[in-house]
Amino acid sequence: MTPSTPSNSAPGLAQCDLLVIGAGPAGMAAALAAAPSGMAIVLVDDNPAPGGQIWRDGPDAHIPPAARHMREQLARRANVRLHLGTRVLSAPAPGQLLLEDAERGWCLGWQKLILCNGARELLLPFPGWTLPGVTGAGGLQALIKGGMPVADQRIVVAGTGPLLLAAAASARQAGARVIHIAEQAPRRAVLGFAAQLLRWPAKLGQALTLADRHYRTASHVQAAHGSKQLESVTLRTRGRSETLDCERLACGFGLVPNTQLGQLLGCALTPAGTQAPALLVDCWQATSRPSVYAAGECTGFGGSERALVQGAIAGHMAAGNNQAAQKLLPERARWDAFARQLRQRFALQPAIRQLAQPDTLVCRCEDVPLAALQGRGGWTDAKLHSRCGMGACQGRICGAAAQVLLGWSPPAPKLPLSPARIGTLALSSAPSTPEPAHGN
Amino acid sequence: MTLLQLFINVEPVVVRSGCTVAAALRVAGDGTARMSISGQSRAPFCGMGVCQECRVTIDGQQRLACQTLCQDGMQVRLAP
Repeated sequence: MTPSTPSNSAPGLAQCDLLVIGAGPAGMAAALAAAPSGMAIVLVDDNPAPGGQIWRDGPDAHIPPAARHMREQLARRANVRLHLGTRVLSAPAPGQLLLEDAERGWCLGWQKLILCNGARELLLPFPGWTLPGVTGAGGLQALIKGGMPVADQRIVVAGTGPLLLAAAASARQAGARVIHIAEQAPRRAVLGFAAQLLRWPAKLGQALTLADRHYRTASHVQAAHGSKQLESVTLRTRGRSETLDCERLACGFGLVPNTQLGQLLGCALTPAGTQAPALLVDCWQATSRPSVYAAGECTGFGGSERALVQGAIAGHMAAGNNQAAQKLLPERARWDAFARQLRQRFALQPAIRQLAQPDTLVCRCEDVPLAALQGRGGWTDAKLHSRCGMGACQGRICGAAAQVLLGWSPPAPKLPLSPARIGTLALSSAPSTPEPAHGN
Repeated sequence: MTLLQLFINVEPVVVRSGCTVAAALRVAGDGTARMSISGQSRAPFCGMGVCQECRVTIDGQQRLACQTLCQDGMQVRLAP
């Protein structure tokens, strides 16, 4: 991958024609779709390797051949430059983003922007959820792919959605003993979802390979126990509680679209409803801001197949190839229907909103318990009185939790979007910064 | 598979290349990355760079253990 060529801009300011944020399935598909146009494309991701969460690489990762092929294709494109381990901190001026990696910070100007920020897990508080040994479900999968040892450990997987089965399969492959998979959705919802899978044969095939005899529907975590580390988990399954000894609990309640960067740029969100807000896009993946597109899970979760086709549509549109984009619309409609099934069937049961007790911490950064939030009018009120959401994660975990537990609108993004070095932040007021001589 | 050695609070740890620092924390000990403001041990939680529970000091800079690959000779410090 070679440096992007500076184009029409202030001298010295790094420039590209197309900036793609996020190198998961959507971002990779977007860059590949736009690449034949010859545009100078920059693809940015905060992880050490491309692939996003689903194709996360590592010593214990098994990346599907299709994903490997996309990575190879990207590497062959001379006009696509990849910046890994790189975070977006702010938008210091229109058409510019401030970036930071482990060594340096710099401003990058763009003509077109595609947001592929993905989604994070919905991590909800329950007694004991801060104990070491408790992780997200996708979180455990990511940590295992990164080489975290789990061999011979007893693992309980809990929460909701097909991700639970994928997490359990990763854990088992890594030598762990998965002793219970607790799906909160009722049996009829899961069976209904399974029956619908006939419409997406590839998904049905995946589901069959992941089937697990420890899978229980209408089952949810009630509490995690341990003094310094997780020692056991109490589960409630169809009205009966049982406590299982285990070394790990992987618990995730679905996905929350990452909308912070889009919000910062003024992109409209989907209307408030039962789902967490997502970036609003039209049928061409265009956001409400000119020249800004969005694709993948940040537009509402729906899986990697939908992200791939959305990304390709956005990439073609950014490159001005409307015809190529149009051809993909039926394929996207097929996966949009899958996404709707996913959201309906795995909707959260009321009991999940009642798991946190008054002394359960909701804000893990500032150690704020639920009792300090109850009775407050919303985020601003809660922040003023308790520092909830004012820590390092900037409300990404507790904000999503408070929306589910208390119905509060998530907090507006704060600058910088991630903790950053002072030297980098100073750049946002400097007139221009040169593009670093070489990337990753 | 190549092995490499890094240091966590000066103690040497050997891991396979390609492992994250989050993995190294668990290879070396109980996986704890930091103490919370009320004194609880915290370990990598979201695994994907969101929750900030795994923030540690790596070669003098604050980084997320789950998004940083181990390098030979790397110095990782956990807050006391």
